[in-house]
Amino acid sequence: MIRIEGLSRRAGGKTILESIDLEIHRGEIFTFIGPSGSGKTTVLRLIDLLDMPTTGTIMFDGIDTAASNEGVRLSIRRRMAMVFQKPAVLNTTVAANVAFGLKFRGVERSDTYSRVHEALDIVGLPHLAGRKAVTLSGGEMQRVAIARALVTRPEVLLLDEPTANLDPVNTELIEKLILSIHRKFHTTIILSTHDMVQGQRLAERIGVIMDGRIVQVGSLHDIFYRPQGRDIARFVGIDTMLKGIVTSNEDGHAKVSVSNTVFEVISPCTPGTQVTLFIRPEEITVALKDGDLPKTSARNQLKGTITKMVPFGPFVRTTIDFGSDLTALVTRRSADELGLTVGMTIIAGIKATAIHVIPESG
Amino acid sequence: MSEIITGFFQAIHLIITLNPEVMQIAALSLFISLAATIIAAVISIPLGGLIYFKEFRGKRVIIVLIQTLYSVPTVVVGLVLYLLLSRSGPLGVFGLLFTPEGMVLGQTVLIIPIMTGLVIAALGGVDRNISDTLISLGATGFQTIVQIVREARLAILSAVVLGFGRAISEVGVAMMIGGNIRDATRVLTTAIALQTGIGDFPFSIALGIILLLIALVVVIIMNLITSGLSFESQAVLGGPRT
Repeated sequence: MIRIEGLSRRAGGKTILESIDLEIHRGEIFTFIGPSGSGKTTVLRLIDLLDMPTTGTIMFDGIDTAASNEGVRLSIRRRMAMVFQKPAVLNTTVAANVAFGLKFRGVERSDTYSRVHEALDIVGLPHLAGRKAVTLSGGEMQRVAIARALVTRPEVLLLDEPTANLDPVNTELIEKLILSIHRKFHTTIILSTHDMVQGQRLAERIGVIMDGRIVQVGSLHDIFYRPQGRDIARFVGIDTMLKGIVTSNEDGHAKVSVSNTVFEVISPCTPGTQVTLFIRPEEITVALKDGDLPKTSARNQLKGTITKMVPFGPFVRTTIDFGSDLTALVTRRSADELGLTVGMTIIAGIKATAIHVIPESG
Repeated sequence: MSEIITGFFQAIHLIITLNPEVMQIAALSLFISLAATIIAAVISIPLGGLIYFKEFRGKRVIIVLIQTLYSVPTVVVGLVLYLLLSRSGPLGVFGLLFTPEGMVLGQTVLIIPIMTGLVIAALGGVDRNISDTLISLGATGFQTIVQIVREARLAILSAVVLGFGRAISEVGVAMMIGGNIRDATRVLTTAIALQTGIGDFPFSIALGIILLLIALVVVIIMNLITSGLSFESQAVLGGPRT
């Protein structure tokens, strides 16, 4: 539906986006994830035709938007709607705010009334139709902004960090709303977030943006379990990255030596290849002594000493020194039951399939 | 001291009894300044909008120039207009010197910069996200401008009220272009200057009280307007009220 080719944007002598190539399919939820300032908002603004690219094209259903006149761009823009990170409401009622898109399109007053109320129903705010929009809370304002976008029945809904300024309760509410809109209307949703967990919850496909470039596009599994580089791995929550060398490989079952410890992994890399092993913290299980972890479920069992334990929500981030460092995410309950403390010697178990291997040259 | 107290009570008497000369001067002042304000608003609002919305070379310079003209001395405007309107000046054929129409022209010229500048600031005070939101909602360029002007309407109205305040309280243009002619071009400020000069304090105080009352009404209107403004727009107009 949307094809982006060689897109770049420079402003104020600075390159904000560079060489973006991407295809977004009709009806999917595509999420851009990346650190703050990586260029996510700029991509969304370019897709919504709010800004002009410096180079490259955005094809919307085969129409080259960069080469089109303002009339064509307006008609394409009217097939989309964007919700901004910081929603701006006009100094009028909630209903009037929601009605703006319809007013601009010259929709009849009677039709406008029913569609505004339908949109407010969807976001759960029909009772606030007559309220001054500027008096709403942040969460309510964001829901009004979503209703305002929805009322025009867009084919593409762009959401720029829609929950960045909201508390967890409102964040959950907005996320549910986004998913229900997608289910109900099959709207193509393009979302940006710096919260990789939100990316996991909402996306069907993910594009990782770093320093103005798309560094990886793929499914949730690809991005979170098969990151194509150290920076992406770090961003998606992989702390353990170990450099090693492949010592043997039999039918894809390889052994990798990492500072005197041998890891069993699944990889086509040939012996002698320098590799990096990526291990997600939740893929590491912890036991107190040998034999507590069945060898069949954890091919790799490493003896190490706990060097650090940091509370992380309902988990404890536990660093284990086995010659190099491993970071495991252990539930608080498990940590308490096992009596884990700093200085304790434990066994860390990792499945061979849970280790992602990238050759150094790659 | 007793002279001031006596003058004050005589002034109150002049106002309560609707002294014809005092009323005539006050009415002429209001007429001239209101006319100047309306004409200046008709020019300044579109001009301010044009400067704000259009991107062009030298825009920054023009805005700085307009801001500089906020504080141009009224006597300088009076002098320039005098030279233009005098019989030998380029606009002398219109015979506007020493007429109320000439004074309207003078005050209009005087308040256009401040009104235009405040209109630009009022439009600039509208959250930038509003413009993006409107465009993203499918507004045409014209629909976006109309909506932003509507959003800034209270701040723009404040700019007009402030312009009126400057017009009615100025003395330089009124004196030099109007000439302070009795029953013709004598307004509150010029009359106060003259009557004080000749020692007629009760008359001056009466006119002063009327001028203060008008200023008070202007401030009340301003407060009523700004109470409905966003914090950004209040900051443009001198900071939020506490």
